[in-house]
Amino acid sequence: MTDLCSLTLKEAIEFAKKEGAKPLVDAFQKRAETLNPKINAFLRMVPGTAGTGSGIFRGVPVAVKDNICIEGQEVTCASKILIKHVPPYNATVIEKLKNAGITVSAQCNMDEFAFGSSCETSTFGPCKNPWDLTRVPGGSSGGSAASVAADMTLAALGSDTGGSIRQPAALCGVVGVKPTYGRVSRYGLIAFGSSFDQIGPITKTVEDAAILMNVISGHDLKDSTSAPEKVPDFTQSLKRDVKGLRIGLPKEYFIEGIDPEVEKSVRVAADLYKKLGAEIKQISLPHTEYSVAVYYIVAVAEASSNLGRFDGVEYGLRVPAKDLREMYFETRDQGFGHEAKRRILLGTFVLSAGYYEAYYLKGQKVRTLIRQDFEKAFKEVDLILSPTSPTAAFKIGEKVADPLAMYLSDIFTIPANLSGVPAMSVPCGFTSSGLPVGMQLMARPFDEATLFRAAHTFEQETGIYKKKPKL
Amino acid sequence: MEFNIDRVAELARLSLKPEEKIKLEKELGAILAYVQKLSALDTKDIEPTSHVLDLENVYRADEVKASEAAEKALEHAPKADGRFFKVPKIVQKD
Repeated sequence: MTDLCSLTLKEAIEFAKKEGAKPLVDAFQKRAETLNPKINAFLRMVPGTAGTGSGIFRGVPVAVKDNICIEGQEVTCASKILIKHVPPYNATVIEKLKNAGITVSAQCNMDEFAFGSSCETSTFGPCKNPWDLTRVPGGSSGGSAASVAADMTLAALGSDTGGSIRQPAALCGVVGVKPTYGRVSRYGLIAFGSSFDQIGPITKTVEDAAILMNVISGHDLKDSTSAPEKVPDFTQSLKRDVKGLRIGLPKEYFIEGIDPEVEKSVRVAADLYKKLGAEIKQISLPHTEYSVAVYYIVAVAEASSNLGRFDGVEYGLRVPAKDLREMYFETRDQGFGHEAKRRILLGTFVLSAGYYEAYYLKGQKVRTLIRQDFEKAFKEVDLILSPTSPTAAFKIGEKVADPLAMYLSDIFTIPANLSGVPAMSVPCGFTSSGLPVGMQLMARPFDEATLFRAAHTFEQETGIYKKKPKL
Repeated sequence: MEFNIDRVAELARLSLKPEEKIKLEKELGAILAYVQKLSALDTKDIEPTSHVLDLENVYRADEVKASEAAEKALEHAPKADGRFFKVPKIVQKD
């Protein structure tokens, strides 16, 4: 019998139709017990639902990032301030997974409150990259990506505010999708940057990502920023055909500082698309260089506001103090880690009287210029192709002392969040030292279907996804 | 740079340890210097983007529905009393 843990989600559904999901749930449980002490991808297993689901998914297991609320189950955002927090309701995506018959099996490690690109700011210790345990899995959905890459789960959900699904997917050699803003309900996702956050799938194949997108997408009355747009059947777009597609290579994404091996992998992918009948065009997204600056004003402003609610009154940690005011200060001082404090302070500053216009309003205006770059580009092309991250996985500890260097590693993923367009990362090769490289595809708002079509074509042509880390 | 960490920490309700304060002040100074690059752009006639979707006010019907969220939230509160979250004294007597 084949190793059940190596199955794709699609294959596992077929298996479960015949044999039920119990053998799958048991196999993943066992593999997680063996591997998690090394990788630290899971923070907790979700008890009590072992493979009994019906629906089309027959109870197959999927893991979720630890910032998605599950009723009656501890959810922490990998922060000390939320340890022992038990949400009183399910996120909409959890309801949707359950209604489809999926077992929510484990909760994944992450950067604290999704603040980070390496999974090193987790209060539960860093998650490791399955391809090289001395390296980071990326972040902030590092546990979700690492668990999928290590065959500890069939698939996982992450969340993406500035690249937090795509960058770890690239660094771990798996598929990651950031849907169009508004495509997937944010109800029950503990908020970081409310105008950026999207939940999306991290999977072994493009087909699996399309299957999960079918489950989690759609308008939700509980999320006022959820889009009323119709949701197509994304599996219908899994055609091996890119003839006539116009794919743009933005010149601002092939710059100095990008690892030559990463650049080469993406250029080889562009050549393959050309060979398969796509039209490759040079394009320009002129305001790209301002993306990181805009993000670290606008997203941290939203974060500082969203994190105002963690004060010891209603949730998680409370540090006893003589009065209410001291309780706020002490709880927040002891509950938040260093990166969270950095972002709260920065966000508070850019929103404060006297600085709002120079920073926050300026950031929002430049955000408009970045959106307009995309609107213009998508008049010329159907897709934009770039590297997902300027480098492959870096060493644990390498960028901790230099926050700006860490922030700049998100330069290619942040623009899709600023403009709201859908984007995904697909494995496109390996460095000479055997680390995965990911390429990013971006499309027009609500055109995830074209992303899936191009990604599926590339994946099936190259078969890169078949290579697995040795563990 | 007009960044006063004591003032901002006060606004953010964070009490910082002295060594932490020195480190954060330096890091935030570097980040604020970096974001200055936006001042190179003329944005006089540009509308700000606060949100990427063209959604206006979103309403739903104001209907009463059963919910146990309030009771369940109180079950896991740091401290509760009946139907209330309990907190330490707000005003101290001298």
